[in-house]
Amino acid sequence: MLDASEGYTTEDGRTIGGVVMEMKHITLRFGGVVAIKDISFDIREGEIRAIIGPNGAGKSSMLNVISGFYNPQEGQVFYKGELRPQMKPYQVARQGIARTFQNIALFDGMSVLDNIMTGRIRQMEAGLFAQAIWKGKAEREEVKNREAVEKIVDFLEIQHIRKTPVGRLPYGLKKRVELARALAAEPSILLLDEPMAGMNVEEKEDMSRFILDVNDEFGTTIALIEHDMGVVMDLSDRVVVMDYGKKIGDGTPDEVRSNQAVIDAYLGVAHD
Amino acid sequence: MPEQFIWGMEVFLNGLMAGVLYALVALGFVLIFKASGIFNFSQGVMALFAALTLVGIMEGQVPFSHLINAVFGTEIHHFGWHVPALAAILLTMVVMILLAWLVNHFIFRHLVNQEPIILFMATIGLAYFLEGFGDIMWGADIKKLDVGLPQGINTTIDEVTYNLFGYGFFIDNLDLWATFIAILLVIGLVLFAQYSKHGRAMRAVADDHQAALSVGISLNFIWVMVWSLAGFVAIVAGIMWGTKSGVQFSLSLIALKALPVLMLGGFTSIPGAIVGGLIIGVGEKLFEFTFGGMMGGATENWFAYVLALIVLVFRPQGLFGEKIIERV
Repeated sequence: MLDASEGYTTEDGRTIGGVVMEMKHITLRFGGVVAIKDISFDIREGEIRAIIGPNGAGKSSMLNVISGFYNPQEGQVFYKGELRPQMKPYQVARQGIARTFQNIALFDGMSVLDNIMTGRIRQMEAGLFAQAIWKGKAEREEVKNREAVEKIVDFLEIQHIRKTPVGRLPYGLKKRVELARALAAEPSILLLDEPMAGMNVEEKEDMSRFILDVNDEFGTTIALIEHDMGVVMDLSDRVVVMDYGKKIGDGTPDEVRSNQAVIDAYLGVAHD
Repeated sequence: MPEQFIWGMEVFLNGLMAGVLYALVALGFVLIFKASGIFNFSQGVMALFAALTLVGIMEGQVPFSHLINAVFGTEIHHFGWHVPALAAILLTMVVMILLAWLVNHFIFRHLVNQEPIILFMATIGLAYFLEGFGDIMWGADIKKLDVGLPQGINTTIDEVTYNLFGYGFFIDNLDLWATFIAILLVIGLVLFAQYSKHGRAMRAVADDHQAALSVGISLNFIWVMVWSLAGFVAIVAGIMWGTKSGVQFSLSLIALKALPVLMLGGFTSIPGAIVGGLIIGVGEKLFEFTFGGMMGGATENWFAYVLALIVLVFRPQGLFGEKIIERV
């Protein structure tokens, strides 16, 4: 067992750092329904951490707890070694936790570039007044951030749709724009809620490649939820398996694959 | 050139400028609607309230003086000082920002995700509250507002047109200023919305609350900001209308004139509000000029509404509104 502050090197030579986020005994209830029951796990710096499980296992709820959209009734969240007090989602975002949504939440009326620029809010500090008169700091900031955004646009290969209103894009590209917006925040942790849901094989391969590249190139810590077992096993360093709100497995893909509880959970439900 | 045509041109120009004033009010509606989906019925009263506050501050009136006098049996009305126009406008802006915060904190923060009709009803309540509050605070008498904007016939235009056509156009200086200020305001607002962080955040909030939260935008901050902007537009509209026809409570009725402007321009388009205002302004003046005589006059009272109705039938989203597409 590794110490929280220790890191290690993966087989393919990437460096994984210490624990950046730790969930301790999280319990989340909606009225009488228990969505998450006493779950603990951690996320290490630079790793790709997957949360998997059958439908209704509580994966998305978990992601919503991490990103502050839900507040758990019990348990604690430690971020960068400190206990995180109850926060609003926008405050969590400003701490450097960016996310995407299962059903895509983009600003349909705005162009791709503008959508991605909203991701830079954390990096822009000029006050309302400076913004209003568009001078000095505000102007420099806008230019600087625009450059950063262009880099991400290049990286995710969406140059050709830069000025297109997002509402007009096909599904696969929307997913990519959403990833770009989250990435623009230069997050400490990037949360992906089913990044490959509803995609065809080719789109899935593209998305997998981008996730790996992002992790590799920027060293971004990624926590993702996914349905597709095959994809998850190829992508991630460590996997948490959930079923009916409980954690039934946690470890490397190989460890999880040979875990009997996991096999049961997955074979017990009809699944593609 | 035929006389009728030259007169028509003068009417056209005056219509344009009346349209600018309508557009100013409509602009406040569009801002709030775009960012929060609230149709703010109280926009007209906000303009009235801003104008009342501005006059009150400039003249050094004691707020709530009637109430104070009634309760304590005193006879105070004025502080006895006069505040320069510019300082008074800034102070009024502070009051409007405070109002924006109060409105968000006590009303709309609690109505998130409610039906549009409920939000609309809330703004009607707000309109009546503000009207009464303005009355208690500053009194109900008609006041004169003079922030130093030039008024009266523009002699240059009068002379130039007299030399050209043998007939001098009557164009009011105040209308010229209103046009100029409105153009600046619109350019400023469009630039702000399109190219600044907060403008972008404003559009983002209008589009999707969840997504906005996920990138670190505080909804409450944006809503207060938008109501403050609407308050700022209300000040400008209040100054223009107040200077033109005095600060009186019928000022709040200009909100009704803004409705056809919005239907024409679309509720979500800033340039639409301007063009809509101009079309209504020019349309009603020209209609009165050409057909008014035949119909016994006063067509200006209804023309705008009929025009809006016709537009609604053929283009429900307005001339510039975002197209309503419903996927099946």
